[in-house]
Amino acid sequence: MKSRLVAMSYSLVGVLLVCGVWALLSSVVAPDLPSPLKTWEESRLYILSPWEKRGEMDQGILRMAAYSLVRVAKGFLLAIMIGAPLGFLLGSSPVFHRMFDPTIQVLRPISPLAWLPLGLILFRQSEPAALFTIALCSMWPTVINTASGVRSIPQDYLNVARVLRLSRWKKFTNVWLPATLPYLFTGFRLSLGIAWLVIVAAEMLTGTPGVGGFLWQEYNSLIYSHILLCILTIGIVGFVLDRLMGMAEARLRSV
Amino acid sequence: MIELTGAGKSYGSRCVLRGLNLAVNEGEFVSVVGSSASGKTTLLMIACGLLPPDAGSVSISGQPVTDFAPGAAIVFQNYSLLPWLPAIENIRLAVEGAFPLWTAAQHRDQAEKYLHMVGLGTAGAKRPSELSGGMRQRVAIARAFAVEPSLLFLDEPFGALDALTRATLQQELARMCSEAARPVTTLMITNSVDEAILLSDRVFALSRGPGASLSDPVAVDIPRPRAANMIMREEAAVRIRARLFNPAPVEVAAHVHASA
Ligand SMILES: Nc1ncnc2c1ncn2[C@@H]1O[C@H](COP(=O)(O)OP(=O)(O)OP(=O)(O)O)[C@@H](O)[C@H]1O
Ligand SMILES: [Mg+2]
Repeated sequence: MKSRLVAMSYSLVGVLLVCGVWALLSSVVAPDLPSPLKTWEESRLYILSPWEKRGEMDQGILRMAAYSLVRVAKGFLLAIMIGAPLGFLLGSSPVFHRMFDPTIQVLRPISPLAWLPLGLILFRQSEPAALFTIALCSMWPTVINTASGVRSIPQDYLNVARVLRLSRWKKFTNVWLPATLPYLFTGFRLSLGIAWLVIVAAEMLTGTPGVGGFLWQEYNSLIYSHILLCILTIGIVGFVLDRLMGMAEARLRSV
Repeated sequence: MIELTGAGKSYGSRCVLRGLNLAVNEGEFVSVVGSSASGKTTLLMIACGLLPPDAGSVSISGQPVTDFAPGAAIVFQNYSLLPWLPAIENIRLAVEGAFPLWTAAQHRDQAEKYLHMVGLGTAGAKRPSELSGGMRQRVAIARAFAVEPSLLFLDEPFGALDALTRATLQQELARMCSEAARPVTTLMITNSVDEAILLSDRVFALSRGPGASLSDPVAVDIPRPRAANMIMREEAAVRIRARLFNPAPVEVAAHVHASA
């Protein structure tokens, strides 16, 4: 208990130090950068009534974050619904792996900024284009982790499946899936992280309401403190998402 | 009948087993005794069809073996229970695989019957990680017997147990083998000569690796039921021990005793 208090006070000191550097930067080096105090003054409306809707692009910060989260959830679900089966196929069939691994390695490093125009051409609408981009960018960790999870199922368990004469389906549900579940979840966590990274780019380019869209609009309206508000929100939401996935993962591993 | 003819296995350039000849007759209990890392598990995996040999051939009832033999069951050295399933489910899964035509209730009853038989009637809902080593061993044995096998492969089934539990389970195994619905042809791997003598009709010794090979079999002509404490003193047992490790160097025998 005491050591946790100490650790927390250290974190607090760290945050204060960073704010100090931020204040220093804004007053000495970069006068265009709003100071912490100014950021708070200009953002308090968005923070203190976080759920209020005043206009299409003028809404409380939680509401904006919720729009983004819903979009990310859709894209992420799409990503794992395609990525997990693909990973199982890649991990279980060496032929399949040899066929598609090079393509995957080439597609994997492509930036969301490159996919988005393609999505807009394909779907002609910003919402599906954003989902397309999120799914395409974020599914690779799920694919790759699932595949490596399948490949590293201990030989012992594969032998058990053979000895017990399990049908294909039983083998999948009783051996493969539980044995790869921890890998699968590591993949999910990394995918969700990427999906959240991509959301900002997708919303900026498509101008849809959400933290990313709001950020871009406020840049165009020269309200720089709101950019900082968005940046902080993105960071905090991303952190919370990662923690939640990490907790789910830890629970799985302990089973 | 299980038959290995000139079977051999190498891992890379490392030759583990060479020129194995071994036959287990219908309904017979045969043991292979060998010291640690001599290739015992490898031998059993080859005999049961889980590992293809590099040389020679394996046949069961005259048929060449290509996959895990039908009607067979195995107890792995490390139990290999599925850790995400409760004990009873581990057994039930085996029953389902062996008797696909049965109803769900029959599967359940059979699994429970065998869990009771190994004295774990109340521990069915526990996961393997919540069981002691001896209990896991019992679940693994129950899982093997629950499919009513005609062929049984055992890899040091009591290897990780203390002497007392070991003696109890040895007697239980002997009882289950003699009470089984149909005669069970059994191949057991062990590192204990006494255990082999206690349970088997014939015993082979596996020489020390690399390139381990089998001795000629020695018949155990001690009437059943056998008691562990009698085996120690029995003259026949002394003779068998001597024959098993004759002409092999005496130090092998000494080593086996030390690890038993
Ligand atoms: N999959 C494998 N790949 C490479 N080498 C292996 C493999 N399995 C076993 N070996 C080697 O083959 C030899 C025999 O192994 P094996 O497991 O058959 O021995 P064992 O007699 O069962 O040992 P123990 O008494 O410890 O159970 C060992 O030296 C081991 O390192
Ligand atoms: Mg072994």
